[in-house]
Amino acid sequence: MTILANSLVIFFISVGVLFIVVTAIGLIRLPDLYTRAHAASKSATLGVMCVLIGVFFHFWLIEDHFNPRILLGILFLFITGPVGGHIMTRSSYIAGVKPWKGTVRDDLASEIDNMKKEQGIK
Amino acid sequence: MAFQIILNFALAFVWMFLSSNYTATGFLVGFILGIILLVIMRRFFSSRLYVFRIWAIIKLTILFLKELILANIQVLQVVLRPKLDMQPAFFAYPTVLREDWEITLLSSLITLTPGTVVVHVSDDAKTLYVHAIDISDVDDAIASIRDSFEKAILEVSKS
Repeated sequence: MTILANSLVIFFISVGVLFIVVTAIGLIRLPDLYTRAHAASKSATLGVMCVLIGVFFHFWLIEDHFNPRILLGILFLFITGPVGGHIMTRSSYIAGVKPWKGTVRDDLASEIDNMKKEQGIK
Repeated sequence: MAFQIILNFALAFVWMFLSSNYTATGFLVGFILGIILLVIMRRFFSSRLYVFRIWAIIKLTILFLKELILANIQVLQVVLRPKLDMQPAFFAYPTVLREDWEITLLSSLITLTPGTVVVHVSDDAKTLYVHAIDISDVDDAIASIRDSFEKAILEVSKS
């Protein structure tokens, strides 16, 4: 039973660490802000979540201590992670950060132009 | 929906008083009997039974977890590929959802799923502007969002 619990904990924490490493590599390798936001908003959320589940299982199955605060932390990460990614990409686009030159299609430019004209932003 | 849940709780408490069994087990038995009563009396409610809506929420959660894992495997492939040959794009996604909470939920789900991040929601809340990390076919991406998430959210909010 202890072996099973230990392997569960090790599995979750190593998967989490793998995703966090991929996030870091993605932040270095990807060409522009918008593609980096993909790496940051998805992999980081799942990575931290996996590490938290691993910690939760460790304390629950091995130390025999049920800690609901970790589960609440996972829930809050789920709610706030995507909103952070959305807000950062949106404010960068409005502030005029140019997408990478490989971007093949841009439906958003005209929409943002209209919005700036209506609200009188330069 | 809220009315049906409160009614079910009230029936469970009535059962606890009738059987003078003030324990969690007594409550559970009363709750299950209450569900059976609600199912029998369902033609007197204007909305559908809340059990179906809870089932739809559970299905949405499972769908979401599946898509989250797929999204991360895709990001892993894009990042670790030796040559960066993806084709990012901003595309417009017209949505049929109307309520604010539905649109918020949809954009959160889109952001956490394979290769897409919501950048902007138009002022009339009819179009979402989505950045895709690797777009080979826009129509394909739109169809997949529509078939999976929008349908699941509509299933939850259907009265």
